Amino acid sequence: MRTNNKILPLEVSRLNYEINGHKLIENLNFKLDTGQISVFLGPNGAGKSLTLKLCHGILKPSSGNIIWSSDLSEKSDETRQSHTMVFQKPILLRRSVRANIEHTLKVCKIPKNLRADILEKALAKTGLNKISNLPAKAISGGEQQKLAMARAWALSPKVLFLDEPTTNLDPSATISIENLIKEFHKAGTKIIMTTHDLRQAQRLSNEILFFHRGRLLEQTESDKFFANPKTKAARAFIKGELFW
Amino acid sequence: MDDLGQGFTSAASLIISLDSDLLSILNLSMRVSLSAVFISCVIGFPVGALLAYCKFPGQKSLIVILNSLMGLPPVVVGLIVYMLLSRSGPFGVFGLLYTPTAMIIAQTLLVTPIIAALTRQILEDLWHEYSDYLNSLEASKIDRMVTLLWDARFSLATVLLAGFGRAIAEVGAVMIVGGNIDHVTRVMTTAIALETSKGNLSLALGLGIVLLTTTLIVNALAHLIRTKYN
Repeated sequence: MRTNNKILPLEVSRLNYEINGHKLIENLNFKLDTGQISVFLGPNGAGKSLTLKLCHGILKPSSGNIIWSSDLSEKSDETRQSHTMVFQKPILLRRSVRANIEHTLKVCKIPKNLRADILEKALAKTGLNKISNLPAKAISGGEQQKLAMARAWALSPKVLFLDEPTTNLDPSATISIENLIKEFHKAGTKIIMTTHDLRQAQRLSNEILFFHRGRLLEQTESDKFFANPKTKAARAFIKGELFW
Repeated sequence: MDDLGQGFTSAASLIISLDSDLLSILNLSMRVSLSAVFISCVIGFPVGALLAYCKFPGQKSLIVILNSLMGLPPVVVGLIVYMLLSRSGPFGVFGLLYTPTAMIIAQTLLVTPIIAALTRQILEDLWHEYSDYLNSLEASKIDRMVTLLWDARFSLATVLLAGFGRAIAEVGAVMIVGGNIDHVTRVMTTAIALETSKGNLSLALGLGIVLLTTTLIVNALAHLIRTKYN
């Protein structure tokens, strides 16, 4: 898998999202470019996951713009979906591991003659070969998240959105998922992920977007953010003192 | 108690001797009810699926109407189908009244709302679970429907059997549109009603036991499928 990220930069401007008059996302403005792992950091309820879903397009904004650099409908053999998403709690079909990946390929209209090869590569990449015939609901939490990553891998996306992908996992499964994230990054996929785990953010990110109460307070390089956060809320969050 | 005892003896002798009349009635009952359930599934599964995940104006009202139709009185359905198929009715020209086809039509009208409403309920729950994934892949409406129906297949098997239970046990509608004609439109329920009115209680009970056994087998099958695969 090697992707050429022509759809970036992603520009978000004056983005708002509200439900029943409650503003959950307020006036977001940022730009995400290629080459970096961008991490949305912040406490629970900061609006990280909502922003991710808005950018991915599974939520419609109340107002504002989300503009990709090129037409997302253009797909090539290398890139089967422009951007895809892995959720905090893996959404798995009531089928085998193998059938879950096959379903993704089928729904994304991948030609039949390519599917078997992609499937085997995705299973090999995530180390799920030996359990590929087990029901997806019967495998462990770490393996389920690997399966979600395998489905994403099978689509060779230009951008991969990850919504707190290791929140419910033990340390060893977390490392496996983080290694897969690095593999995606190496292959040229832009990683945009949310986390509230400071250590994970430090391990993975090149760029931090710090969210608090539905607003983006900082967008800066990772090293600078952790060394010298600009806002009071970010400083409190790093010290573990920020409460909603 | 004598009648009960005679009923069991009569049922046993009818079954053991493979009574040709009983087999003919059983065969027609199964043919009519299975056909009605099949047609109801073809209509009810997609309708239920669409109501589960498509949002459109009037959807909630449609769901309320569909749920209400689950309790349609069979005699009312029978009467409506009778009026539609009778010589003076709009479809009288087809000459379907007092045929198994008319009985299939009546049972289809009774069973389709049950299949559609229960399917909607099951698939709506599944849609809440799958929606982010399917929206993320920008799955087409057909792909969404196929995914939901396939993944809920074991629960839907129970829905199918519930529909079959309603069809096979129904008497009012098939009596009105079928006419209970011997060897033509006589099914188990109408035969039981006839034998009871003739005072032949032991035979009626015998047929009743066969009917109960059929429904019991169907329900046991539903339970087996649910526990094994869910």
